[in-house]
Amino acid sequence: MTAAAPHGAAFPVERYRADFPVLARRVHDQPLVYLDNAATAQKPRQVMETLDDYYRDYNSNIHRGVHTLSEQATAAYEAARKKIQTFINAASHQEIIFVRGTTEAINLVAQSYGRNRLGAGDEIIVSEMEHHSNIVPWQLLCEQTGATLQVIPINDAGELDMDAYKNLLGDNTRIVAIGHISNALGSVNPVTEITALAHAVGAVVLLDGAQAAPHTSLDVAALDCDFYAFSGHKLFGPTGIGVLYGKQALLEAMPPYHGGGDMIKMVTFKKTLYNDLPYKFEAGTPYIAGVIGLGAAVDYVSAIGMDQIQAYEDELLRYATTAAVGVPGLTLIGTAAHKAGILSFVLDGIHPHDLGTILDHDGIAIRAGHHCAMPVMERYRVPATARASFAFYNTREEVDKLIAGIDKAKDIFN
Amino acid sequence: MFDVKDLYQEVIVDHNRNPRNFGKLDPADKTLEGFNPLCGDRLTLYLNMDGEERISEVGFDGHGCAISIASASLMTENVKGKSVPEAEAIFNTFHTLLTDSSAALDLERVGKLAVLAGVRDYPSRVKCATLCWHTLKALLEGGGEPVSTE
Ligand SMILES: Cc1ncc(COP(=O)(O)O)c(C=O)c1O
Repeated sequence: MTAAAPHGAAFPVERYRADFPVLARRVHDQPLVYLDNAATAQKPRQVMETLDDYYRDYNSNIHRGVHTLSEQATAAYEAARKKIQTFINAASHQEIIFVRGTTEAINLVAQSYGRNRLGAGDEIIVSEMEHHSNIVPWQLLCEQTGATLQVIPINDAGELDMDAYKNLLGDNTRIVAIGHISNALGSVNPVTEITALAHAVGAVVLLDGAQAAPHTSLDVAALDCDFYAFSGHKLFGPTGIGVLYGKQALLEAMPPYHGGGDMIKMVTFKKTLYNDLPYKFEAGTPYIAGVIGLGAAVDYVSAIGMDQIQAYEDELLRYATTAAVGVPGLTLIGTAAHKAGILSFVLDGIHPHDLGTILDHDGIAIRAGHHCAMPVMERYRVPATARASFAFYNTREEVDKLIAGIDKAKDIFN
Repeated sequence: MFDVKDLYQEVIVDHNRNPRNFGKLDPADKTLEGFNPLCGDRLTLYLNMDGEERISEVGFDGHGCAISIASASLMTENVKGKSVPEAEAIFNTFHTLLTDSSAALDLERVGKLAVLAGVRDYPSRVKCATLCWHTLKALLEGGGEPVSTE
């Protein structure tokens, strides 16, 4: 190893910030402080230029034209798939399915993997901290098949109760679906251990990586999960594009999710022959620009280095956490030993919505609400929380502004 | 440029901290829940009527942001003793005040509710201020279904 850089100094955050045009804008006459990255991340110029190039230069459909533009578009689309394969360390590009986002990826697995396989008596395990999109698709599957949903409880810190999980696991467990990182609490779950335990009882594992993909390096081979889902828009790419990774043998055995063009080899009214992976799951004209743009986003973060991003963000979260716990009347929601990117909190006497409006006046964007995780709100007996969520382009100065904004809200209300 | 303090005027902060007519009316002639699924605001409105036509008593409980609590508190003060058509007319004027920025600011007609006029600069917060009113309207119209802003 080369000499370690002094504490964070090696991360040229200002240089990266310059790549994100929106970070230069002002809101209510104040510089934008964007702390709503868990909802969606901002896009670097490199991603926008890639989208623009596609539409200006070689816009055409893929996998069906003999002409130059179509060949270029097809090549760029498939190159993006390979970039994503490398990014998450999948064994084959055929294991990378493009979908609209995490939500669609989870629904695809629930329906295509689960619908024909599960029945009464089978069990699906999720956790108390899941996003609604990792709850509702399983509830639908339960209604369709007679399977039941079981829920791993969390402790007060927002960590999974692993003993309870071990007790829930059994011969009837068929699917375990868990968030890699919680969007409401920031908890990083022990997904390698969760996966190994599930495999020991013969269950398959889906990891919801919507919040993990932007913050940590991914290695599906090391995780050994069966499915991994994430969204492009939280990873500095376009909205409307996401990825489902699945182990090839499982994907091969699953029926298509949507029927249409591109997902077939041959259609007759007697019998239709489905296409090979990954095309079997990509019916219809996909979001071509989005895929290519997501490839550019992956290139962008990979050039910075996911490990560098993670180290910088961990330091920033530590700084923010220390500052936040120093604010009288502030209670953190989610204090897991292992956290990433998210500071969820409530303030005595100030509703998160009011805080959100007051912060917005100082140009500070946070999220206030239930974060699509109503069971978490119920667990902590709060109707809503305020959530600041970080990306690698956020700075300590921005954290200071957040804290100053909270103080201002307290002045108004107290 | 508007100042956020125009939204969170002292009257609003005060009604949020000490909401008037807060608490369940027991017995109540009419009860209805209203909620805003987006932010989790939830309130229950209780009414006692003087005959069919006049509101004699009104109370509420629940939780929500300062705008929704203060608005409910101000509403209960405002409509107590009013006839049903009077209450509905006030809601209409108030609603226009909050949602139609081209409408003349006829603050006189809404009395003390005028402190909520600042909400019109915050479209995402209009539902907070009107949740209690929508609930009242549904209650007066005799609907038994809980009211949702979505
Ligand atoms: C943990 C988690 N899972 C799933 C989702 C759903 O992602 P999308 O809306 O992009 O499908 C989100 C996004 O809010 C999330 O944070």
